[in-house]
Amino acid sequence: MSVITLNVNGQDVAVPAGASLLEATRAAEANVPTLCHLEGLTPVSSCRLCLVEVEGSTKLLPACSTAAAEGMVVHTHTPRLREYRRMTVELFFAEGNHVCAVCVANTHCELQDMAVTVGMDHSRFPYQYPQRPVDATHPQFTLDHNRCILCTRCVRVCDEIEGAHVWDIGSRGGHCHIVAGLDEPWGQVQACTSCGKCVDVCPTGALFRNSDTTAEKQPNTTLPALLRTAREQRRWHNQ
Amino acid sequence: MAPSPPAAKLRLATVWLAGCSGCHMSFLDLDEFLFDLAEKVDVVFSPVGTDVKIYPEAVDIALVEGAVANVDNLELALQLRQRTALVISFGDCAVTANVPGLRNLLDGGHDSAKAVLERGYLELADATGQLPFAPGIVPELLPRVLPLHEVIPVDLYLPGCPPSAERIREAITPLLAGERPAQEGSAMLRFG
Repeated sequence: MSVITLNVNGQDVAVPAGASLLEATRAAEANVPTLCHLEGLTPVSSCRLCLVEVEGSTKLLPACSTAAAEGMVVHTHTPRLREYRRMTVELFFAEGNHVCAVCVANTHCELQDMAVTVGMDHSRFPYQYPQRPVDATHPQFTLDHNRCILCTRCVRVCDEIEGAHVWDIGSRGGHCHIVAGLDEPWGQVQACTSCGKCVDVCPTGALFRNSDTTAEKQPNTTLPALLRTAREQRRWHNQ
Repeated sequence: MAPSPPAAKLRLATVWLAGCSGCHMSFLDLDEFLFDLAEKVDVVFSPVGTDVKIYPEAVDIALVEGAVANVDNLELALQLRQRTALVISFGDCAVTANVPGLRNLLDGGHDSAKAVLERGYLELADATGQLPFAPGIVPELLPRVLPLHEVIPVDLYLPGCPPSAERIREAITPLLAGERPAQEGSAMLRFG
């Protein structure tokens, strides 16, 4: 196995060829924050929280979807990056309708946690209060678009792990939203197996079990990595 | 020998705008720390500490609970800013508009006053429903519920719904010594 050597925040690290910059930063224990990224799913760099500075590059690069390369010099927590990360989280709060106090995911929300991580004590951007619907047509689960940050974990877990591909992104720009099936009510999408993986990996309270009320949601974000590993290592006898 | 005069106490105010008073309940949860506090501050304005109706001059620290939702909230916010050295957004309603701000969803925040009154007093009422009309008595709602910092400059933010008594104490204690609290980490910052 070939090895790549690079420098993260002044520390030399070695990672296997093919590793991502995010894995390299983790080897250096740099604690680069992530929100859309989830072990076991294809990275899409939609949340922009893992942006890092790489010397020689004029652009900031998303660590999750950038391959580590030999000799890279990476900075993960410059003042500019810290400021951008806080702005990004403030914009997440401002563009949706996130009211932690009355949310199913309160105390188990990755967006709420991320606000703490980046030191957000308030939003400098006025909240937009967009008009967004709630899809409660599924017998077991609900999709509350007000709390969606478009991380696409649900889209990816349904496509890559469950193989049902119920979810997609519809529309453009500020109107982007998660759609079920061919933009149908979730409860009418026959492809949905009601497996609940999308609910388990949702970082906020956008997807939840109907039985969950305020602060009761219990996510299970390790599921995709467990299932993917089990399949790759053929841990089931019937495969 | 005459006793030396006591050191001047800080003048503390706590203010209740559009909130549920949960932050003030949490403030009262400070329990015995309130005795320590009373030795170091004069509570010069507070819905739970005084019966003063007019916001006084020369206040050192104000804990302001609640969003700015009506003309009374707005007038008091502007007044307290002029008369206070250090203004603290106290709790999620002051910091984000939180639950009172949910009425902004009724029409995207442009004029939710009319929308929320019609919803509450006409659409959900029985046949005798009517819009409240009492000029000069019931304060008019603002078109949009605002967090405090969109109305006046705020010096410190204390999120939480409500902020725990512990969090309030950790924020106040350094202020009494003339220092700024380190507002970082889950113990001090978490919303909700």
